[in-house]
Amino acid sequence: MQAKPKTADEQAATLEMTSTADSVERFVLAGDWRNRGISQVLNDLMAAEQKQGQGKLEIDASSIEAVDTSGAWLIRRLINGKQAEGRDVELIGASKTLSDLVDVLPEGGLKRPSADKDQRTLFQRIFEPAGKAVWSLGQDALAGLHILGSAVGGAQLKGGRGAGVSPASVVTHIDRMGVRAVPIIVLMSFLIGAIIAQQGAFQLRYFGAELFVVDLVGILQLREIGVLLTAIMIAGRSGSAITAEIGSMKMREEIDALTVIGLNPVGVLVFPRLVALTIALPLLTIIANFSALYGAAIVTFIYSGITFQTFLSRLHEAVDYSSVASGMIKAPFMALAIGIVSAVEGMKVGGSAESLGTHVTASVVKSIFVVILMDALFAIFYSAIDF
Amino acid sequence: MAVQDDTTADEKHPDDDRVILSVRDLTVSFGTKTVLDHLDLDVYRGEILGFVGASGTGKSVLMRTVLRLVPHSSGSIHILGVDYEKADVKTRMALDMRMGVLFQHGALFSSLTVKENIQLPMREYLDLPQSLMDELAYLKIDMVGLAADAADKYPSELSGGMIKRAALARALALDPDLVFLDEPTSGLDPIGAAEFDMLIARLRDTLGLTVYMVTHDLDSLFSVCDRIAVLGQKRVLVEGTLDDMLACDDAWVQSYFRGKRARSVTTDYGDANAVPGK
Repeated sequence: MQAKPKTADEQAATLEMTSTADSVERFVLAGDWRNRGISQVLNDLMAAEQKQGQGKLEIDASSIEAVDTSGAWLIRRLINGKQAEGRDVELIGASKTLSDLVDVLPEGGLKRPSADKDQRTLFQRIFEPAGKAVWSLGQDALAGLHILGSAVGGAQLKGGRGAGVSPASVVTHIDRMGVRAVPIIVLMSFLIGAIIAQQGAFQLRYFGAELFVVDLVGILQLREIGVLLTAIMIAGRSGSAITAEIGSMKMREEIDALTVIGLNPVGVLVFPRLVALTIALPLLTIIANFSALYGAAIVTFIYSGITFQTFLSRLHEAVDYSSVASGMIKAPFMALAIGIVSAVEGMKVGGSAESLGTHVTASVVKSIFVVILMDALFAIFYSAIDF
Repeated sequence: MAVQDDTTADEKHPDDDRVILSVRDLTVSFGTKTVLDHLDLDVYRGEILGFVGASGTGKSVLMRTVLRLVPHSSGSIHILGVDYEKADVKTRMALDMRMGVLFQHGALFSSLTVKENIQLPMREYLDLPQSLMDELAYLKIDMVGLAADAADKYPSELSGGMIKRAALARALALDPDLVFLDEPTSGLDPIGAAEFDMLIARLRDTLGLTVYMVTHDLDSLFSVCDRIAVLGQKRVLVEGTLDDMLACDDAWVQSYFRGKRARSVTTDYGDANAVPGK
């Protein structure tokens, strides 16, 4: 518990129950009845409120040193409660501030919001979220298709000037999502290639087939790992950015402004990002592949003494056109999936900062999931067509 | 050019009991650009000070400097007689409790309901049971003229005027001595704005609140402000009552208080001498 400011220099609020000579009940209030002084008096006050009594009640406030609305409210509540019991309550010795304050506070008790009780049965409480989740999944898919369709439709709602793709915007986004991601992609892929090569070399050494580590790294990287890890990195890096950008624009009614001006928000905001991602992700994948193979070559040279020349000639034999193509084909599809998922999540952002956080999280989680799912589907498809 | 009234300068000392906020020799610069240059200002206990100035003269910067959101390069700020920079942590906390701020756009926490927004400062500083905090929150909501049902709503579900009222309720959560209001009536309809002005005046009367109000609303200035200060040329150009403003010969002050819009408001209130708060 955090330390509260001490009120040592101020006398805490007190309440004493006495009665006067002519047996009129009297509550004597004293001390600091401001918000930091009242916590000690609450128990006494509750006892005073619950105490049964009859006849006239005097509340002596002459010893109160200071008061604010919190203290005045406690006094008001006491008066309200006693008056409701049908007693004659008089506040005596109150300063002008206190009596003014007590007077302006509500006499008949507080207005509280009407409580909305949860009327649902247990059955509904269990199955309603499940139903909602299924329904929203369908809505998400629909929204994704809508975004894809609108994006292809272009920026203009009213079919004004041409397709409405702004090259400047696309180039900016390629710079932000592609070019600036190069360093991290290069570093990550270099390490991944090196790690696979090292583990592969150690395991293959048992069979005396160390040279085949080149096949292992080459095929694994070009077919699967290169595009998959690059897409995951871009989903985390750019997917979250797309959701946050579109979401905060939604929060500040900028999306509504675009619609009113006659532009299609999806066309203006989402389409350039989709195009940029679709161009950037394959290019990043190529860079990632080069970097990973370079990392693998260095590691195999250090651990297994395979020279660059041997590495390259072995790679030439192991890897053919289909290995490279099967990896690269996946890249634009994954880029589209990341772009659409993050745009759908961005459009769902509501009014609060919390909802922005929720949807950015959902965007990253969903796009990574979709990317991995697509990779699996492609793997099945390739094996079916023997590619 | 109008200069601050020097005859009362001796009374305006930081140690004066009546002075709740005292700014001396304050200079604020951003890079090489000086926004406030050796500015002096006093706010007295129990008054409503209206602060005006052309856009971009640094009204918000001054308020944010006093609230220590912007650092200053020289000068001193005494709040309730305490220099915040030299105070220890305990004094600073006690001081923070005694100030409330209404930001221009409300600055309610969007992920909390109105009730939770009001209770946030209470939770931080006070040791009260939840039931009492609920009651106090409903009390504040009632005091600022919001419907009780607004308590459980989120800021995104409120209208502009309701957000201002809810933000005022949060500013008043700890019953502060000094409240800063940044354009409290901007974006409100004239009736709502007038109600808001009356509300502030009533709170001043009942709670003994001191109000530092940045405003462009001439109605507010004429109807509730006890004193007006004008910011210009990087310092307080003139401060005083409405009469002092009307008597001031600075061109901007002249056009502000004697312009077409001001005249229509002053006629509504009768002669300028009859303005309340004198």
